[in-house]
Amino acid sequence: MSAAEFELTRLPVGKRAEVVRVGSVGSMRNRLLDLGLVPSTVVEAVRKSPAGDPVAYKIRGAVIALRSEESRQITVRSLD
Amino acid sequence: MGLTAKSTGIYAFLEDLNQSSVKADAIIALAGNPNTGKSTVFNGLTGLNQHTGNWPGKTVVLAKGNYLYRHKNITLVDLPGTYSLLANSADEQVARDFICFGDPDATVVVADATCLERNLNLVLQVMEITPKTILCLNLIDEAKRKKIEIDIAALENILGIPVIPTAARDKTGLKELREAIHQTVFGKRCNHPKPMVYSENIEVAIEKIQAEVENLFQGRINSRWVALRLLDGDTTIIQEMRNYLQRMEPKDQPVSETYKEVECCGSFGSRV
Ligand SMILES: Nc1nc2c(ncn2[C@@H]2O[C@H](COP(=O)(O)OP(=O)(O)OP(=O)(O)O)[C@@H](O)[C@H]2O)c(=O)[nH]1
Ligand SMILES: [Mg+2]
Repeated sequence: MSAAEFELTRLPVGKRAEVVRVGSVGSMRNRLLDLGLVPSTVVEAVRKSPAGDPVAYKIRGAVIALRSEESRQITVRSLD
Repeated sequence: MGLTAKSTGIYAFLEDLNQSSVKADAIIALAGNPNTGKSTVFNGLTGLNQHTGNWPGKTVVLAKGNYLYRHKNITLVDLPGTYSLLANSADEQVARDFICFGDPDATVVVADATCLERNLNLVLQVMEITPKTILCLNLIDEAKRKKIEIDIAALENILGIPVIPTAARDKTGLKELREAIHQTVFGKRCNHPKPMVYSENIEVAIEKIQAEVENLFQGRINSRWVALRLLDGDTTIIQEMRNYLQRMEPKDQPVSETYKEVECCGSFGSRV
């Protein structure tokens, strides 16, 4: 059974998902890859800022805030 | 190189470094991801012999400090945290410019031993620029507490650079780090960082422009690395390369023209 794919933006706080692919081009793509967001990386949504954007994610042992423009580029598959 | 009107950013900082009261025998960059303990390592090595300076043109504060080891006066520069040399923020750009264009005698990458994997990205990027890279595996006490064991010898073997475990807050491992820096800068031993090999079309493109790049920078910056960045087309790095070239350009030689050609060649390469 393969879980449905969706944008990281839609991952609820407290839930984990696995990166399927990273869209975007140029420096934004570089930045996302540099943060460790490569396919099969596990990402957990940790908390939302009061405005709902950015959202803090736990990625490979560090908590990193992503803006929705960024998280929208990341396609994930639910793990929970 | 003398003072010129173009002395902004990294060059102003470097001139400031050179004009320090004590002449440094070596300048060492301290780089690493955010919050890995760079400043703690820096403080541990330099003690009170430090002061902060502004990176001209940017609101980033850099600290530099000195220590004496085996009769050599070592200047250490504490860089802002960065995940990557393909910089995004002003902080990251400062770190990148110093490592890439500041010609430090060695770069120590301070990594968090509790999440090594994420830190290795930057380590590999620095190794790609200079073999004079040292990995300082900090927060080793935290790693032990979390029952993470790291096979230092195996890591050294895989990477081809010295790996020094430290717990900088307790000053553990700093003696070994000083020695590794000394050996890397003044020692006979040469590091052999694991070469990064890219897919064939990229390797072909690198080969096409590398000789020209080598010629242009007269061996002062790693030509393979420059070729790769030209292929990336990262405009901020390309601008910094232009600044670098303008500074080393002899008056009667229009190097910039050649550079434009190489740049064209570079963007052509990326389309191959
Ligand atoms: N347990 C432990 N804590 C450490 C060690 N080294 C540094 N710390 C702590 O980690 C925190 C961050 O240290 P800094 O030295 O400020 O880290 P930094 O890399 O300079 O941070 P940025 O400049 O913000 O990127 C501080 O609370 C330090 O006391 C260590 O070896 N072990
Ligand atoms: Mg610091």
